[in-house]
Amino acid sequence: MGIRLLINLVRFVVTYVIATVAVFLFMRAIPGDPAQIALGVNATPELLAKTRAEFGTDRPLLVQYFDWALGLPFGDFGTSYITRQDISPLIIDRVQVSLILVILAMIVALAIAIPFGTYAAVKHRNPSGIVVSGISQIGVAIPNFLAGILLVVVFAVGLGWLPANGWTPPGEDFADFASRVILPVLALASVQGAILTRYVRSAVMEVMSEDYLRTARSKGLGKLESLIKHGLRNASIPVLTVTSVQLAALIIGAVVIERVFVIPGLGSMLLDAVGNRDLLTVQSVVMVLVAITLIINLMVDVLYTVLDPRIRKGA
Amino acid sequence: MDAPHNAPALIEVKNLSISTKTRSLVSNFNLRMQPGDRVGLIGESGSGKSMTASALMGLLPEGVSATGSIHLAGHAGNLVDASDKQWQKIRGKDMTMVFQEPLTALNPLMKVGPQVAEIMTSHKSVPSKSAARSKAVEMLESVKLPDPQRAARAYPHQLSGGQRQRAMLAMALANKPGLLLCDEPTTALDVTVQRQVLDLILESVTELGTGLLFITHDLSVVANVCDRVLVMNNGQVVEEGSTVEVFTNPQHPYTRGLLAASDLNATDEKGRLFTVASAAAYVPPTENEPEPEDLAQLAAVSAEATAGRPVLPLPAGDEPVISVEDLHRRYPVARSTLFGKPSEVHALRGVSFEVAAGQRFGVVGESGSGKSTLLRILAGLDQPTSGSVKVAGNQISGAKERDLIQLRQQLQIVFQDPMGSLDPRMRVRDIIAEPLLAPGQKVDSAKQRKLVAEMLGAVGLPRDAAERFPHQFSGGQRQRISIARALICEPRVLVADEPVSALDVSVRAQVLNLLSDLVDDYQLTLVFVSHDLGVVRHLCDNVVVMNNGQIVESGSTEQIYDNPQHDYTRTLVNSSMSLRNELSLR
Repeated sequence: MGIRLLINLVRFVVTYVIATVAVFLFMRAIPGDPAQIALGVNATPELLAKTRAEFGTDRPLLVQYFDWALGLPFGDFGTSYITRQDISPLIIDRVQVSLILVILAMIVALAIAIPFGTYAAVKHRNPSGIVVSGISQIGVAIPNFLAGILLVVVFAVGLGWLPANGWTPPGEDFADFASRVILPVLALASVQGAILTRYVRSAVMEVMSEDYLRTARSKGLGKLESLIKHGLRNASIPVLTVTSVQLAALIIGAVVIERVFVIPGLGSMLLDAVGNRDLLTVQSVVMVLVAITLIINLMVDVLYTVLDPRIRKGA
Repeated sequence: MDAPHNAPALIEVKNLSISTKTRSLVSNFNLRMQPGDRVGLIGESGSGKSMTASALMGLLPEGVSATGSIHLAGHAGNLVDASDKQWQKIRGKDMTMVFQEPLTALNPLMKVGPQVAEIMTSHKSVPSKSAARSKAVEMLESVKLPDPQRAARAYPHQLSGGQRQRAMLAMALANKPGLLLCDEPTTALDVTVQRQVLDLILESVTELGTGLLFITHDLSVVANVCDRVLVMNNGQVVEEGSTVEVFTNPQHPYTRGLLAASDLNATDEKGRLFTVASAAAYVPPTENEPEPEDLAQLAAVSAEATAGRPVLPLPAGDEPVISVEDLHRRYPVARSTLFGKPSEVHALRGVSFEVAAGQRFGVVGESGSGKSTLLRILAGLDQPTSGSVKVAGNQISGAKERDLIQLRQQLQIVFQDPMGSLDPRMRVRDIIAEPLLAPGQKVDSAKQRKLVAEMLGAVGLPRDAAERFPHQFSGGQRQRISIARALICEPRVLVADEPVSALDVSVRAQVLNLLSDLVDDYQLTLVFVSHDLGVVRHLCDNVVVMNNGQIVESGSTEQIYDNPQHDYTRTLVNSSMSLRNELSLR
């Protein structure tokens, strides 16, 4: 198990380093001189040269790369070419917002998907099961932002129960945070929950046809009891795979929801930076996203090892 | 069976019928067992025997329903109408079951000990969880698992097939049930392990006085284990009686056919196995055949069998068709430590043999013996690590794919699984003709069609079979298609890899006879790989026995079977079951 973890850590570091090179080169391949963009078309050559020196973009590519990449692990992302501000505090702020949103959404989605997916699998021949899986099919087809707008129309505008948008950090005023976070989390979780319901359903259905469930029943365990004791852990392995992929996708997928609810997350930061041609900010946000994805994969791999003894060493 | 009718029955089943909405699966099944009875339920695939077992456990799949009555000692009322709540009290306590595939029947994520303990805690037959845990270890010890403490802490995948089946048995016997159902419990196991597990089952039920209902397709296993048999065909019991009675004096034509087809020691006047069709001429074994006579008869039978085929004395110095010299094959395995040496599996360790033209050469071995690796190398599908392999003048060792075209024309294979080895989207015509498409061969379509029709005739399939797809055929017919495909390019060597182990008994005899006929007609050299000693004995002149990647013994069939020299061969021969032997040992 230790070796497996070590191999995964090495893989994590190597992938991350390759990603920094790729992201750096792609950004440099985009035409346009950052100094020119920052100063506008009427800038004098002297001013341009001075700004380039200030940005450090007149140095060799290799030096620029190491200057940027070596700062990343320490949370030093450099200074934005456009706003002339340090990027790091901004990113750390935004990451917190996005992570809270996405993790809450995933927890709610799983809380929906596991019981409903299992129900749909157990009752797959009954009308009730077919209805559940039909609803989940509709849920998959609804785009996030539509779900968000519907929720705003009903709960914020119509009923007036919750604020329509905005963000308060949970440390500042928790009640306000909670009231503002409910709608965006629901918007994200409803679609995500529908997708995961389908995966849970098929995983549980597969497990239900396994011989060991028949064995459990022949021991005298009831249908539901045998499914809970023997089936769900087995079904959780394929579900975990999907969840990890969905989690990574959700972080970027939250961009639209952040717009709809005016939430200052990573997604909206990325969109703003692209719009302003703020090269260094784009580069840094992308690297943060890569890191989060890789960390999720690492955690999932550890979870596999915990869940499935066949993966452990000595198998 | 001779018990008075008013004695309390362990289980009494009357007029049990099982059906789906549209189809009847089992009709009018009757069974009465006294405590400690050992009853065999024999049938081929689709006979309804497993469905009957499911009904007896109250575990019919959704959409399948039963009528009739099931009464179990100690439980009032007809269990056919029982609720799942009632069944839960019975299953695992008064009635338990051991299934065919021990790997999939155990939860892969749960340690073996807790799985055994669970059956006791769920029925509260032990006072506490810790008592259940220690009782589980005791049970694992009672089924003779080496180091039961460790076995209890192991996951199913860390045990061997036989060990897993022992664990299943420990589980099934933990609550001392009155009735144990076994559904093909040894079919997935190796020959030597099968014998051990059967002995264990027999010993355990005798000791505990448990009634045993043993479901299988293998008649010799029933002869070994059961006192009474029920023969099922198409959802109906066609014959019932004591094992000796039914096997020595079968009344129903189906039973006779089944017996004839499974008796690999008996052949008709042409040296072929009896089939269901030719069963009328079959003489069933007699009760308590004395050993010496038995052996003498066997010798006569095999002499008879060989008499039918032309013996090919090879002129001295004639080139053998296959010659294998000091063959080694190592596979690398994923390393388990970061800096340690990557370990490897030594699948073949210095194998050498020769096969003369026209020989029927048997390769016998259990799973993991290296016989499949050997076969893959012979067929040019894998390369040896070292050593030399010559097949029909082609050196395979180190050959490039394009050098092997010649070999592919000279050597063809019939695979084990007739479903998996035929492309489901190709018509039979195209499947059979495919070997003709090898590069460098010119075939016009008229000639191709003629050849396909010829081959279909040779393997006994109708002409219109050419236009159909594999799924429209039964298992035996599909294996005939495989044979036709193998023979169309007129190879010199036919390699058969367990070609009958996925087939029902009655079909097995037909396919084996077909192979014999074709080997004679086309003057083929046959390499027959199997774990089934009976089949190899019937078909082959020469045998090599493989174990752990080595040939432990080789020689003529009679020599190996009647006078095995190596310890392993002796174990193997003693473990393999034949109908006549089991019956005479009763």
